[in-house]
Amino acid sequence: MKNYIINTAASTVEALYRFFAFHWEVAKRLVRPPYYPKLIWEQMDRVGVDSLPIVVLTSFFTGFVLAFQIGYALMRFGAKLYVGGIVSVSLVRELGPVLISLVFAGRVGAGITAELGSMQVSEQIDAMRALATDPIRKLVMTRFLAAVIMLPILVVVGDLIGILGGMLVSVMNLGLTANFYRTSVVNALVFNDLISGFIKPLIFGGMISIVACYFGLTARGGTKGVGDAVTRTVVVSSVLIFLLDAFITKVLFLMGM
Amino acid sequence: MIELYNIHKSFEGKPVLKGVNLKIGQGETLVILGRSGCGKSVTLKIILRLIKQDLGRIVIDGEDTTNYTEDQMLPLRKKIGMLFQGSALFDSMNVKENVAYPLREHLKLPEDEVSQKVAQALSFVELSGAEQTMPSELSGGMKKRVALARAIVLEPRYMFYDEPTTGLDPLTSRKINELINKLKDEYKVGSIVVTHEIANAFKVADRFEVIKDGEILFSGTANELKGSKLKFVQDFIKGGTIENANQ
Ligand SMILES: Nc1ncnc2c1ncn2[C@@H]1O[C@H](COP(=O)(O)OP(=O)(O)OP(=O)(O)O)[C@@H](O)[C@H]1O
Ligand SMILES: [Mg+2]
Repeated sequence: MKNYIINTAASTVEALYRFFAFHWEVAKRLVRPPYYPKLIWEQMDRVGVDSLPIVVLTSFFTGFVLAFQIGYALMRFGAKLYVGGIVSVSLVRELGPVLISLVFAGRVGAGITAELGSMQVSEQIDAMRALATDPIRKLVMTRFLAAVIMLPILVVVGDLIGILGGMLVSVMNLGLTANFYRTSVVNALVFNDLISGFIKPLIFGGMISIVACYFGLTARGGTKGVGDAVTRTVVVSSVLIFLLDAFITKVLFLMGM
Repeated sequence: MIELYNIHKSFEGKPVLKGVNLKIGQGETLVILGRSGCGKSVTLKIILRLIKQDLGRIVIDGEDTTNYTEDQMLPLRKKIGMLFQGSALFDSMNVKENVAYPLREHLKLPEDEVSQKVAQALSFVELSGAEQTMPSELSGGMKKRVALARAIVLEPRYMFYDEPTTGLDPLTSRKINELINKLKDEYKVGSIVVTHEIANAFKVADRFEVIKDGEILFSGTANELKGSKLKFVQDFIKGGTIENANQ
């Protein structure tokens, strides 16, 4: 039992060490070219543009349902006029970044791990290295930069669509005018909300791509190993989204944002 | 010259190499024999530093790479072509892009020159016209030949062949043997060939090394190999392939 605990602790520490050493490998390369702009562009298309449909769908229904629930709750107090403000602030500050990042982890993170994992177990990563090229630059950095650029953009798009979904409910079910809804949104949102809504996906995007690449490149043991790695990516990045979200929210509050 | 001194390597506490010494010079072909799982592929990967040895020294053309980083290895890897046992073609790219990959990465050539070099390398392995095919549409033997074209396209000084003829028909095997010899004779390429196929081994080898239990059991020329009194060596070359021996 004692041995078991010691071994588990030791291997956890080792796993964490490797995970952070991997961050260091990526960080070192960030400050020095080459950057492969063409590959980054390609990845932006794959992680960003191709994710649009599911992001639009998720956000629209989130905004839609949110306005419904909040609207009915507020109606009891005769306060349904505030629905636009509450929907938009909760979407921009919290729900947009978290939900879209979860969708992103499931779609893009899992995809990255599956792709790099298959390359790893079929020796394609070794082949890249043997051909004197650097897989961290070619595969990891391009995906990292693409995710850091595209996830915030996806979240902004998602926020807008969600707010639109809320407007639809407000007009159709709550008897507000579109114009009134819009004014209430504009009046409620302040600059700090936008900052908070932008910083989160920036950090989540970086985190998801690094986690996904890490588990992909360390996949072992054939097809099953790749499957396990994909599961790990989705679980670890989902958990980290919630942890980081709480942490960032707290820090931003302390900074008065 | 590539020199290995006292290379040790274990995986998860299980020793695979226990003090391997090797030397291979320009214009020389060394064949490594040994049973499946004895660490032949690992040895090739350790020279390229795709895997790090636990202990021991490696010197490539006078450079001691024992503590080299990935960045420091890059110029040396350009000098060494490696044919992987499982071909390791990039399956998201077609044949042409696979073979062109090292050219595009390391030489700033105009597009028509890239195409021409790719065509040349493909005709070398008798796969002219296969440029647009995807790896998933190729047979195992064809994959191996594309991988070979990709490995030689930068004209390396050293070539590592991990089972170049396994799974190929006799005619193609002969072509590959001729190719190995041609690279040696015309371009003074130093080669390491890992193979289980004794007949093919004799066609290309200048020297043999036999690995057993993580160490070099035998080292010498073809005639010395045939005359060896070691039972393992005799079983090995009589059995023809490792699979037949002791099983
Ligand atoms: N990356 C790795 N992780 C863990 N163990 C490994 C790894 N690579 C190789 N091994 C182990 O090292 C041993 C030697 O493997 P290697 O691939 O070098 O064998 P080989 O001599 O090339 O065999 P074969 O003739 O079948 O190709 C095997 O037992 C294998 O399981
Ligand atoms: Mg092998």
